[in-house]
Amino acid sequence: MAQDIAQKSRKFDIVGTRPIRPDGIDKVTGRARFGADMNAPGMLIGRILRSPHAHAKIKKIDISKAAALPGVKAVVTRDDFPVTDGNAGLMDILTNIMAREKALYDGHAVAAVAATSASIARKALALIKVDYEVLPHVTDVDASYKPGAPLIREDLITSGVEPAPTKPSNVAARHQFGHGNVDTGFKEADVVVERSYKTEATHQGYIEPHACLASVSPDGQADLWVCTQGHYMIRNVCAQLLGMDQSRVRVTASEIGGGFGGKTTVFIEPVALALSRTANRPVKIAMTRDEVFRATGPTASSSMDVKIGAKKDGRITAADMVMRFQGGAFPGSGVEYGAMTSFACYDLENVRIVGWDVLCNRPKLAAYRAPSAPIAAFAVESAMTELAQKLGLDPIEFRLKNAAKEGTKSCYGPTFGPIGIIDCLKATKDHPHYKAPLKANQARGVACGFWFNFGGNTCVSMNVGFDGTIALAVGTPDIGGSRASMTMMAAEELGIPYDKVRCIIADTASLGHNDVTDGSRTTFSTGLATINAARDVIKKACQRAAKTWGIPEEAVVWEKGYAKPAGANAGKFEPLSLAEIAANSPNTGGPIAGHYEVNADGAGVGFASHIADVEIDKETGRTTITRYTVCQDAGKAIHPSYVEGQYQGAAAQGIGWALNEEYIYGKDGTLQNAGFLDYRIPVASDLPMIDTVILEVPNPGHPYGVRGVGETSIVPPLATIGIAISAAVGKQMTDIPISPPKILKAIKSKG
Amino acid sequence: MSQIHVSTTVNGDAYEFLCEADEPLLDALRDRLGLTGAKEGCGTGDCGACTVTLDGRLVCSCLVLAAEADGQKIGTIEGMADGEKLHPLQQKFLEHAALQCGICTPGFLVAAKNLLERNANPTETEVRYWLAGNLCRCTGYDKIIRAVMDTAQEMRRA
Repeated sequence: MAQDIAQKSRKFDIVGTRPIRPDGIDKVTGRARFGADMNAPGMLIGRILRSPHAHAKIKKIDISKAAALPGVKAVVTRDDFPVTDGNAGLMDILTNIMAREKALYDGHAVAAVAATSASIARKALALIKVDYEVLPHVTDVDASYKPGAPLIREDLITSGVEPAPTKPSNVAARHQFGHGNVDTGFKEADVVVERSYKTEATHQGYIEPHACLASVSPDGQADLWVCTQGHYMIRNVCAQLLGMDQSRVRVTASEIGGGFGGKTTVFIEPVALALSRTANRPVKIAMTRDEVFRATGPTASSSMDVKIGAKKDGRITAADMVMRFQGGAFPGSGVEYGAMTSFACYDLENVRIVGWDVLCNRPKLAAYRAPSAPIAAFAVESAMTELAQKLGLDPIEFRLKNAAKEGTKSCYGPTFGPIGIIDCLKATKDHPHYKAPLKANQARGVACGFWFNFGGNTCVSMNVGFDGTIALAVGTPDIGGSRASMTMMAAEELGIPYDKVRCIIADTASLGHNDVTDGSRTTFSTGLATINAARDVIKKACQRAAKTWGIPEEAVVWEKGYAKPAGANAGKFEPLSLAEIAANSPNTGGPIAGHYEVNADGAGVGFASHIADVEIDKETGRTTITRYTVCQDAGKAIHPSYVEGQYQGAAAQGIGWALNEEYIYGKDGTLQNAGFLDYRIPVASDLPMIDTVILEVPNPGHPYGVRGVGETSIVPPLATIGIAISAAVGKQMTDIPISPPKILKAIKSKG
Repeated sequence: MSQIHVSTTVNGDAYEFLCEADEPLLDALRDRLGLTGAKEGCGTGDCGACTVTLDGRLVCSCLVLAAEADGQKIGTIEGMADGEKLHPLQQKFLEHAALQCGICTPGFLVAAKNLLERNANPTETEVRYWLAGNLCRCTGYDKIIRAVMDTAQEMRRA
């Protein structure tokens, strides 16, 4: 609490302003180098052959003709990726990047070539002969959950079920969360809502396809340039998969053209390294858009049953939910995140969530911005509004009555500290948007959402030049302006101007391990580490000033960029700037650098509440979003423009998911819409301006009160829009995406 | 198969190169001329990340053959700033935080510049429809549209 007050009363000079980002000019002039923008002398082009079948036994791969084609320098298959001693998760990654006994989904990699040109590489792929035995497949989560579905793994026994099943199935695991007794709770309820929902898989849709440039020498030294959210993860996983020493693999993170969770694992990188090792030449691989859709990591698709009961006064007595998620042909659908986040906005006495992790013949899921939470929130928030309607209560009042607060035991276990859900709901209720009149065929929806926010392993170096300027080395790739926030926090803490700090993303050999940029963790964790590295610099600068003045270290204080004597008793000395201390540092002990290493804990959880107005064209079923407002708790907004940008971007992705985006599989189990023409993400003419309200409930776990902001606002839109469309058409819409055919059907079914 | 000789002008400078008959202009710009500001996001003309101008007309360079550039004038993001002076659109994109990852930014800037050359006073709807061929996945377009509108206003005053 003391820190809470200190955070609120602190006056900032730089934090909270909107300076121009340090990587900005490179990005508006075309100079910034992304994954595919790097070349090397003697470079080869790598390409990957992919399965055209959803499920097939790979009986034989004949590479002889491809290998003999002039210009082909390497061909690799499963034989070049021997089974590792690693854990099951690592084996799954290995199996995903190169198929072994079976192709498990349309697009699964089966071989790769490196050649002197892209056209030779393409020709070589056509010369590889793969002998497949096509197997029955399953791509729907409910079909795969049922007994008798085509088995994807012959040895998969469901975990988390007592007693353990004796027969294999496609159900990898059962997860359960909650507390209290839902049966008792439902007996106390006056009104109960019970409904089932489905959501289809979506893709992160980053505009930059995966790309990398690998160079491996026969002595085992390797360099890799890659667009990724986590270059240390790439290094560690590739080293394990290929039997290399981590420290001999040096990975540099390029500028990254969007990730949203989709660039938190490996796909092409181990393949490029293996090709380069075989050819002893640098190899570049850039995915096509078709490959990105078919063979990277989309979200789960789901099917869910929700039941919520409440007293007439609006107090919820019980909440119960069953979720079935498929996350592709491997365990790990993320259903547990869906289960944990589902009811996290609410203070519930009796709550139970059961999640089933199901396999399907689809690509292996990767994270997508607050993974699983938007899916769960769609079901929960839709049911919450339906229940409010049955109770005759305003949907925000109903949520406020049941909202979680400091001290609430969350549905996933932990007890909340200071949180912002009530602030968000009140801001939503007070927003002019909530009271604005609606036109004909328009309706409004409101929903809220939760995301944990991550901390994690973080390492920062702050190097002071002899002129007192700062080179700040961080290890978390900048996916949305984080170098600006780090620069701001460093300058704020040191008390020097913004333009005296330059923040770079260091390569894996230049800085200790950093976890992936994910879970909205970077401004929190790397920010926390940056502030503490600055405090380390300040401590050292004060020591040098003390030495210069010949007074005790404790008698020196740091104020706005200057070392000063602590008081009159300390002696009378002119304050020394960081630049002066740095210039004299060779005489006081050598160069000055600050460091901080931490496994950051205390990431404050995030809440948001959204309002959407929709207008339905009753002839075509098209939905137009006429107005959209986001209210979200940022803890403390370091660079408000980029906080707003996160809110707006997350909302836009949620709008696309709600209305249009979906993976469409044919009867043969192949993906039917692997391109931006048929997988339609929102374009500029689809959206209105997206209003934002930044709330600041400080996070006690961060020196400035920061909470992660990147993900939470993708959680409410599916429900917000679903609720609005349901109101507009007069029917509960339970199937995401709520595309025009579904809306027309709903309108027609009402007669 | 023999290669095709192409003489063209890029951002006012003369270039010559040899290309394959089926080679997209985007590949020639990036791999032969070293102009990597135009990006490949889809290769099918759906995302606009490879947007350049061909004799003043906006095109997806992934859908134009390199051989078609012979005798034409190409404009790319690399030619947008005047020395160290940024084009007003580039400056406004920075001030409005109209980019996050930045991969779509070159395409948006080339397309927006082309719009303002044709229409100095576009409405928000006109800007949104003009830029509908350029996909951005980070921003939700809000700050991009504001940056373009603000630039238009400033350029009208200038």
